[in-house]
Amino acid sequence: MNDHSAFHPQLDKRRRYGTLIAGLLFAATMLGLLVLATLIVDVVTTGSGWLSKQFLTGYPTARPETSGIWPAIVGSLYLMLVVAATTVPLGVGTALYLEEYADEGGLKRMIQLNITNLAGVPSVVYGILGLGVFVYLFDMGSSLLAAGLTLSLLVLPIVVISAQEALRSIPQGVRESAFALGATRSQVIWHHLIPMALPGIMTGVILSLSRAVGETAPLVLVGASLAINFTPAHLLDDFTALPMLVFQWTEEPGASFQELAAAAIIVLMAFLLLMNLSAILLRNYFEDQLTG
Amino acid sequence: MSQPSSDASDASMDLSANLYRSPREQLVKYGLGLCAVLTILTTLGIVGILLYESIGFFSQVSVIDFLTGTDWEFAGADPSFGVLPLVSGTLLITGIAAAVAMPIGLASAIYISEYASPGARRWLKPALEVLAGVPTVVYGFFALTFVSGVIIQGFDSTLPPLNALSAGLVVGIMIIPMVASVSEDAIQAVPKSLAAGAYALGATKFEVVLRVIVPAALSGIIASFILALSRAIGETMIVAIAAGATATLTANPLESIQTMTGFIVQVAKGDIDQGTVSYQSLFAVGLLLYLITLGMNLAANWIIRRYRENY
Amino acid sequence: MASVDPSNVGPSSTQTDTAPSTNSTAEDARQEDTTTAATGHDGNAASESKAETKIAVSNLNFWYGDDTHALQDITMNVKANRVTALIGPSGCGKSTLIRCFNRMNELIPNTTLEGSVHVNGQNIYQADPVAVRRHIGMVFQKPNPFPKTIYKNVIWGARINGYTGNEDALVERCLRQAALWDEVKDNLHGSAYNLSGGQQQRLCIARALAVEPDILLMDEPTSALDPVATGKFEDTISELRSEYTIVVVTHSMQQASRVSDETVFLYMGRLIEMGATEQVFTRPQQERTEAYVTGRFG
Repeated sequence: MNDHSAFHPQLDKRRRYGTLIAGLLFAATMLGLLVLATLIVDVVTTGSGWLSKQFLTGYPTARPETSGIWPAIVGSLYLMLVVAATTVPLGVGTALYLEEYADEGGLKRMIQLNITNLAGVPSVVYGILGLGVFVYLFDMGSSLLAAGLTLSLLVLPIVVISAQEALRSIPQGVRESAFALGATRSQVIWHHLIPMALPGIMTGVILSLSRAVGETAPLVLVGASLAINFTPAHLLDDFTALPMLVFQWTEEPGASFQELAAAAIIVLMAFLLLMNLSAILLRNYFEDQLTG
Repeated sequence: MSQPSSDASDASMDLSANLYRSPREQLVKYGLGLCAVLTILTTLGIVGILLYESIGFFSQVSVIDFLTGTDWEFAGADPSFGVLPLVSGTLLITGIAAAVAMPIGLASAIYISEYASPGARRWLKPALEVLAGVPTVVYGFFALTFVSGVIIQGFDSTLPPLNALSAGLVVGIMIIPMVASVSEDAIQAVPKSLAAGAYALGATKFEVVLRVIVPAALSGIIASFILALSRAIGETMIVAIAAGATATLTANPLESIQTMTGFIVQVAKGDIDQGTVSYQSLFAVGLLLYLITLGMNLAANWIIRRYRENY
Repeated sequence: MASVDPSNVGPSSTQTDTAPSTNSTAEDARQEDTTTAATGHDGNAASESKAETKIAVSNLNFWYGDDTHALQDITMNVKANRVTALIGPSGCGKSTLIRCFNRMNELIPNTTLEGSVHVNGQNIYQADPVAVRRHIGMVFQKPNPFPKTIYKNVIWGARINGYTGNEDALVERCLRQAALWDEVKDNLHGSAYNLSGGQQQRLCIARALAVEPDILLMDEPTSALDPVATGKFEDTISELRSEYTIVVVTHSMQQASRVSDETVFLYMGRLIEMGATEQVFTRPQQERTEAYVTGRFG
């Protein structure tokens, strides 16, 4: 294959250049993961020495040796309960309305655009909303409820979007065959659509809860306590949460408090890992059920 | 549906009942509609509360002074509310983050979609997503104790422990997955026929990827940059922990600075009395932050919708 | 896939190169006299076969995955400066076969190829695939211009391949050859996406011509075009036949009879018949061919 004189393909040079580019792309991809690995190793080596029964079940004190995170663990769990209790009905309801009821047109487009934009609002702005509306306007104070509702609004777009995707993936034939048997729309939803969309909805809910449990800025804004020596007794009680303790201890002077922060991060990350694992297992389980 | 109920001679074939209009069905429909309307109320609530308190603020501080002032002193006897130091702090952080996240995120997107084997892709994608799932307060800890404490102080221990560089670098790491996943969607949306056309002309792989596929995905890649930068501008905990709390008008990344979000956290951490100018300044800064990120998100989503229509 | 099924060996092959292309370490077996090789079904076209052989395919087998045997023991010659049509019902392997002529098949993962394709006497599966593709142009089913200007679409491949001549002259010459020049000469720097489908497809020809190939492969090039654009495209093919060897896959027998000199009929991955177009359409040797060209199936 003789090359025409006007062409100088220089294939070898181009190939070497291509190999170099591929290597750079690979290195860049690995760089992000390398940082992640560094972060994990750094946190674990710094904090693991402080993990003890006393640390997990004790209360925060002024001295690192006696400090524990029990109120923060309880506070974070309660927050998740509040978020789950509000976002599941609201998020699934919104998704059902948009997918099953709303006519294509102005209103639906507006709500959809609004949800997309809400997903991009900085979490600190949600905190401002919580401060202005829940803490002061509704007079809830810096309570578990005010913080929980703020986080609910923050993660609501995640639940809505994942529930919409789950509903969209249900074949149209399911709806049509149920309608053909004389079912009303609410019967179709309750008997067919919700059970079939459940895995997708639950995955979305777990992911939104794991987002909520790591959020800090909204809690700071609504005025969550930093260190308290009691666990919240009711919804309007003061509370603290794991990320709040991490924040406070990180900013404390002295290496011991930063090691304490690292220990709290290990607990928080273990929490997140557990939730994400359960989301994956749940999805796999339901996928097996559907295909097997 | 709307036929008048004729006398039903055959009772078993009564077609007059209209279940769709039954109170129960109506209740479900409007109940669900109410949920959807709540999302609108959230936006109205955000805008309302920001505007309400900001109006109070701007009745005491002129908008011009706020937007053009170079001195930010929110507490003390003689407060000064020129927002530019906070804006410059935010831009500095965003600039550093962009320098990290745009090349690394785009390179990851190109590598994962065009070079990685299907097996590698299966674990690379979720592994990158983990970066997005790490709580920002954890990144803040990492920025302060490791990036600043170990690396930067390791170079020169006289540098301030709170500085824009360490916060900006870590914000950049945090937004890599956002650049990568949106860019990857854009790259995947480029028709395979374009690559085939380029290969058929005797192009090598990197020429096809860098000179055909990536340019064709450019609008989506730009959208991913805008979205990620909007995230960087709104990022709070990393800068609150690692960037400092001194509102200084500087371009030096090794100085301690304050961002808009960092200021909001600083005010909120202290006990603030409702109704004071300091309290209201939090909302004015929040309004500015909201408008900037909203504008960027709208622009990015508009670009994404446009390229989806193109192919 | 490395094992050789003895029944795969074609009856008239002079050489069987059944090493899998993926790890072909065999020495570059040049076929010295390709014109005598493997023209088993080419009986009636004897007078035509004086033409030089451009592409010699022998014992070509191709698999998608492990069990879809898409091409089975194809042996055929494509003559230089002729238009050869590949016809057959959907899924017969004609598009797969044409992609084996410039190694585009290798871009599909999990495929296996055995046998050989020689172009100008050189086995392209023992050459550099990028160099092969530069010398063998291709036009695809749907027009696929790059999202760039008309000018950049034409010059792109030439620039990639280190073209040092006059770019303006090259663009004009290729657009003229593709019968597009008069329509676009005032808008060379406009977007290729603003052209009609037929114009885009002719732009794709111009783009392929710019790297100066001597073979043009066309995979159902008019399937996305309206009848008027198709007519114009076929005229362009006729203009090009004097300078290029053209292989065109088509699902339209009318098109095959209008534009081609030679016709190859494929059915279920096998080559059933090949010969002069006029002969294949009027006096087919095989019953299946007759059934297909008379419209009884497919």
